[in-house]
Amino acid sequence: MNTSLSWIKAYVPDLDVTAQEYTDAMTLSGSKVESYEQLDADLDKIVIGQIEKIEKHPDADKLVICQVNVGTGENIQIVTGAPNVKEGQKVPVVLDGGRVAGGHDGKKTPGGVKIKKGKLRGVPSNGMLCSIEELGSTREMYPEAPENGIYIFDDDAVVGESAIHALGLDDTVVEYEITSNRVDCFGILGIAREAAATFDKKFCPPVVTETGNNENVADYIKVNVHDTDLCPRYCARVVKNIKIAPSPKWMQRRLASQGIRPINNIVDITNYVMEEYGQPMHAYDLDTIAGREINVRCAAKGEKFVTLDGQERTMDDSVLMICDGEKAIGIAGIMGGENSMITDDVKTMLFEAACFDGTNIRLSSKKIGLRTDASGKFEKGLDPNNAIDAINRACQLIEELGAGEVVGGVVDVYGKVKEGRRIPFDADKVNKLLGTNIEKETMIGYFKKIDLDYDYEKDEVIVPSWRQDLERLADMAEEVARFYGYANIPTTLPSGEATAGKKSFKMRVEDVAREVAEFCGFSQGMTYSFESPKVFDKLLLPEDSELRKTVVISNPLGEDFSIMRTTSLNGMLTSLSTNYNRRNKDVRLYELGNIYLPKQVPVTELPEERMQFTLGMYGEGDFFTMKGVVEEFLDRAGLHGKETYDPNAGKTFLHPGRQANIVYDGKVIGYLGEVHPTVAENYAIKDRVYVAVIDMPYIVEMASFDRKYEGIANFPAVTRDISMVMKKEIMVGDIEKVFDEKGGKYLESYKLFDIYEGAQIRAGFKSVAYSLTFRAKDKTLEENDYAPAMNKILKALEEMGIELRK
Amino acid sequence: MKEKLEKIKADAVREIQNSDGLEKLNEVRVAFLGKKGELTAVLKGMKDVRAEERPKVGQLVNETRESIEKLIEETKRKMEAAERDIRLKQEVIDVTLPAKKNRVGHRHPNTIALEEVERIFIGMGYEVVEGPEVEYDYYNFEALNIPANHPAKDEQDTFYVNDKIVLRTQTSPVQVRQMEKGKLPIRMIAPGRVFRADEVDATHSPSFHQIEGLVIDKNVTFADLKGTLQEFAKELFGEDTKVKFRPHHFPFTEPSAEVDVTCFKCGGKGCRFCKGEGWIEILGCGMVHPRVLEMSGIDPEEYSGFAFGVGLERIALLKYEIDDMRLLYENDDRFLKQF
Repeated sequence: MNTSLSWIKAYVPDLDVTAQEYTDAMTLSGSKVESYEQLDADLDKIVIGQIEKIEKHPDADKLVICQVNVGTGENIQIVTGAPNVKEGQKVPVVLDGGRVAGGHDGKKTPGGVKIKKGKLRGVPSNGMLCSIEELGSTREMYPEAPENGIYIFDDDAVVGESAIHALGLDDTVVEYEITSNRVDCFGILGIAREAAATFDKKFCPPVVTETGNNENVADYIKVNVHDTDLCPRYCARVVKNIKIAPSPKWMQRRLASQGIRPINNIVDITNYVMEEYGQPMHAYDLDTIAGREINVRCAAKGEKFVTLDGQERTMDDSVLMICDGEKAIGIAGIMGGENSMITDDVKTMLFEAACFDGTNIRLSSKKIGLRTDASGKFEKGLDPNNAIDAINRACQLIEELGAGEVVGGVVDVYGKVKEGRRIPFDADKVNKLLGTNIEKETMIGYFKKIDLDYDYEKDEVIVPSWRQDLERLADMAEEVARFYGYANIPTTLPSGEATAGKKSFKMRVEDVAREVAEFCGFSQGMTYSFESPKVFDKLLLPEDSELRKTVVISNPLGEDFSIMRTTSLNGMLTSLSTNYNRRNKDVRLYELGNIYLPKQVPVTELPEERMQFTLGMYGEGDFFTMKGVVEEFLDRAGLHGKETYDPNAGKTFLHPGRQANIVYDGKVIGYLGEVHPTVAENYAIKDRVYVAVIDMPYIVEMASFDRKYEGIANFPAVTRDISMVMKKEIMVGDIEKVFDEKGGKYLESYKLFDIYEGAQIRAGFKSVAYSLTFRAKDKTLEENDYAPAMNKILKALEEMGIELRK
Repeated sequence: MKEKLEKIKADAVREIQNSDGLEKLNEVRVAFLGKKGELTAVLKGMKDVRAEERPKVGQLVNETRESIEKLIEETKRKMEAAERDIRLKQEVIDVTLPAKKNRVGHRHPNTIALEEVERIFIGMGYEVVEGPEVEYDYYNFEALNIPANHPAKDEQDTFYVNDKIVLRTQTSPVQVRQMEKGKLPIRMIAPGRVFRADEVDATHSPSFHQIEGLVIDKNVTFADLKGTLQEFAKELFGEDTKVKFRPHHFPFTEPSAEVDVTCFKCGGKGCRFCKGEGWIEILGCGMVHPRVLEMSGIDPEEYSGFAFGVGLERIALLKYEIDDMRLLYENDDRFLKQF
């Protein structure tokens, strides 16, 4: 919403503040000013001058020499190339040292262009005559300005006076961010009322006088509203003997300052009142209305209608239409029809000011795909009581401007009259909510400033119908607060019972994941939760993969953001790919983010959100580096048991021989592996990529931050090495399983210290060597303490077909 | 006998003084004090000394031995010190050679900012809670006083899964879920991911993070809200930070406010960073709307509360002077390493 400051001042005549003061105070009282623009910021020393004499330039065909009276008693000489200047004309003149906003081509120069006296082809020129573009505006806003040339004032312009003022450019346009609850502030009167209250000045809205001849509008038109829910009020008036002409300059200027192009008196009045009251109106050519009747009803399903912009549009049966006795003539609250629009030949006109259901207008506007200034206002839910004032104000302007003869009376179809509200008031409760100590009378004073009355007998605030946002005491507290000043409310801290600040256990486990990942050189990434269904193909997932069952977004930003991810891999690989593509070396990333697993497809309840701890890397490091990170994390998270690795993970997106499910306490808690080269290629990474994905809910379930000191070994350890030759296929995990099972109570630890295949070992075999450490807590071990365990181990190994080297 | 001992002593002193290293010194020690050393030989000859003189001679031998030992010890210490000096001189390194760094990863700026916020509020007794990112329309809108067909629903550019389920557009639904648990008082913050249908550009992302705050207790006032957020802003942006509350409208709070802080680059004078305004908008807040309390089963006559919502990315971008939001989701290593 924009308003010019001069228009506000028209209703708050005592308002005497700078644009900055206005901005600051209005923002703090609740009408947030986004920005303001001083229209004459780049204009300086521009006066109205009269061209007394024009002579040809001796050395240039296209230039003329003007002697201009600028009211100083002495003519100044200005050379111009403008084709439209004539002696006797009154024109805007920039004097020496003044500034204009930009060039004649409409291009503005920030800070303006300084004009200095000089010579043009040898002839002195002491200023410049200006076009409307040089003054920073356009022909759209000043339709009387010539297409190419200097702006010409009317004859009554006063020589020597400010041209900036005469053109209404000594104004400021203020842009507000009006919140959706303040429907009343989408009209200039609403903002002016706030401005008056903010600065404690008198609010003087226009006095709408009675209009109309002694005819009766009921003889001209009949209105039937078929759905009073969708159209709570419909006001109609008739104007005859219309004389289409330009509207007066003052009206044009005000519209221009709002960015509205002046067209003619009728259109301009409609727009003027819409700006003023926030009430959209529509004008129909009465002679096109069949049966002299208006029917407000819903469209037929699939009904076609041509709007006044010439477009054919298709309705459905929830769209409200304005119809005559035979046909539709407008889409209610959105746009009128081509068949009934006002033309320059109009004789008699029907003015409509109605109130439509905001939600219906909003939905209709969406369905038809047509949003207009009018629909934008209606969809906020207007006050039906405003409609009658607006239509009468428009007719008043018709009469004042001599634009036509207003027919007496109003057709006003208004079923259930919207009454103001009464809100029980309790000043103590307001103070209790705000933490203030404001006198009740002071509060009531604030209410009166914005036209809210107070019933002292019942202790109720009487709220007019235009403040539909005020419903209960909390709303009144805000009115008190904003006029008392948010800045004046004290600052305290809540005083209630103390509570313990904490993070959840889950968050603490996630913190551990972050710490471990970062210790291990992984930096944290964040990726989107939604992605394209195409990622499943990129990841080589089979058609029947469970992961292809997704939560689908019905209105995505595009296919690339259309499903909620069921795997975190795409995000990780995409990020690694970005890095690879930018030639970043040895990149390690991790992410903690949710996947979304639907409980059913299509989704009828919330999906399961599972936090995934995803690690990915390329460059330095290999499978076992990644495995080390996983184990470090499990250990830090308090999963002190032994994790195992199942190579039969069956992940299509991983290297078939370099992947494993991570198993802990019988549960698959995640997987790790080298990314399948085809998948890496799909992500344009020409390097080995390793990933690990840990399903955090399992970890959180089993994690623990309890620690117990187990003492430090005081007795010496015995180490025994075992050197083995075995088939390549036997995994060292199987050997370790033997150690775990047969090692007995003294086996403290074991460590792989050599693994070899190649020369000296026959094909298909490998040699593996472990060092076993035995230790007792309470004594020095004797041979016969650990020998039995050792023998059991060796025996079990031999049973597995493993050769022991002595 | 006495002369012999003195000679031994004199010989020993000379030999010790002539020693040119620890090795030689040891030889001297062995030669005089060792099992076959000269002094030992004297001791062995004690049996030839008269019985009444033995104590005296014994004492003399011991004194000689002690003085030789002492001298050897002193010399040894000096020699060791000298040798260490030489070694230390040889061991000089070029301390400006490159460090051998452990490769440590970096935390995402969003997380660093979040941890700062969490630290502040945990210190004030707030519990950190979470809620679902895919959420029922009811929690995201209706229970927050945004009924069906409310224009605010359109304003938020919601992603829908179906009529009933949306990608949450705000972290505010966590408020409702927490209130519904019925445990009072409440002091919580709820950080998390939210979604809005904004095209990706330097200042927009269809997925970003908010931190919701909620306090419900008896006698909670707007003044408490002001005090709390002032404290928060000072902790986050520095002790000199000033806070400005402007009236605003949110369906789920009344009265509502937007909060600006003085620009921490220029201190409020106005600079390029704050677009010359001196103030930077950081959050929205207000007193929990009584209807929201009622819908969550809390009696607004007995309890009141305040709520606030902060954009996490906004804080991260401001605090770390990141000029393009897209950087936060690209995960370029060269970006992440700066945090």
